[in-house]
Amino acid sequence: MSDAETSAPPPSLGKLFWVFLVMGATSIGGGVVAYLRTGLVVRQRWLDDVTFVELLSISQTLPGLNATNMSILVGDRLRGGMGALVATLGMCIPGASLMIAAGLLYGAGGDGPWSKAFLHGIAAGAVGLILVVLVQLGAKTLKTYADYVFVVATAVAVAFFKVPVPYALIAAGIVAIWWHRPRDKDIR
Amino acid sequence: MKQLWDLAGVFAYLSLLTIGGGMAAFPEMKELTVDTYHWVTFPELLHFYSLGQLAPGPNMMMVASIGVTVAHIPGALVALVAFFLPTGLLTFFVGRLWTHLATWRWRPAIQTGLGSVAVGLVLAGAIIMGRGAITHVFFGVIALGVFLLLWRTKINPAYPIVASGLIGMALHYFNIA
Repeated sequence: MSDAETSAPPPSLGKLFWVFLVMGATSIGGGVVAYLRTGLVVRQRWLDDVTFVELLSISQTLPGLNATNMSILVGDRLRGGMGALVATLGMCIPGASLMIAAGLLYGAGGDGPWSKAFLHGIAAGAVGLILVVLVQLGAKTLKTYADYVFVVATAVAVAFFKVPVPYALIAAGIVAIWWHRPRDKDIR
Repeated sequence: MKQLWDLAGVFAYLSLLTIGGGMAAFPEMKELTVDTYHWVTFPELLHFYSLGQLAPGPNMMMVASIGVTVAHIPGALVALVAFFLPTGLLTFFVGRLWTHLATWRWRPAIQTGLGSVAVGLVLAGAIIMGRGAITHVFFGVIALGVFLLLWRTKINPAYPIVASGLIGMALHYFNIA
């Protein structure tokens, strides 16, 4: 990871919008993070790797999707509030337009038996995709046996006992955060 | 008009649950859009979600498809803004404060603690989605195949997902499932 010595000067708002629009239109198949790193760190050199990872860790901790959270944080770093806005719009417009079109087509009779069969197939494929995301997310996040207990408890409560997600989130969240609470032996 | 307010409320609420990714909001999304408001059926929700995985950009653009189904283009725009604005503002302001929080001693605890709960929510979403999508042993084989392929190789997920759709059509052709 050889980070560029100094990043390039901040781009204009128009350039920022364009670069995010291209990433928003080409990042097919998930994994937006890889596209973002290639675009922002390697090609444009607007960020170095250290900043990129730092912004990514903020994105992953906060609610919201990685792709939009990263657009906001990077846009804000480069061009302030307006930068955050144009970067997010660029990232969202291509996918949003496609999914609006998909919804219109589906409603207009595009839900015949053949397209239903196709969609049912990709739904099964998407379950496989989520399982991979789950394994990758777990490998990064889960460190102790207790963490696995929190995972299973949360999942069972929500998926089998229909506990509303906010209750599960708050209850399991408080226990898990307390479990990992800062101890006195840590730096004060 | 009331539908637009309902859309705004539902998707603003769902957006706050997307910790660890869009899938974390899936259980509650199913509950609200299918069981409470009857905007879409469960198979329709699965179809939109899966199509959304093929679209570029953030992987929850399918909220626009639900919005369009409920209230045409205005519905799509309301769903999108509601889904992205609250967490967007939160990220914007917390992002600016982050440097001050970096040394806060509770921060690692919150990061690790919420991390495992988020994985649990994603697992719950996968289970609920699997119940709807894996209706036949062949669909289980598709899911397992995609999982192994993506786990073991660096292939772009769009290819196996499209292939799954084609297998779905083949199963339909042979009247298997």
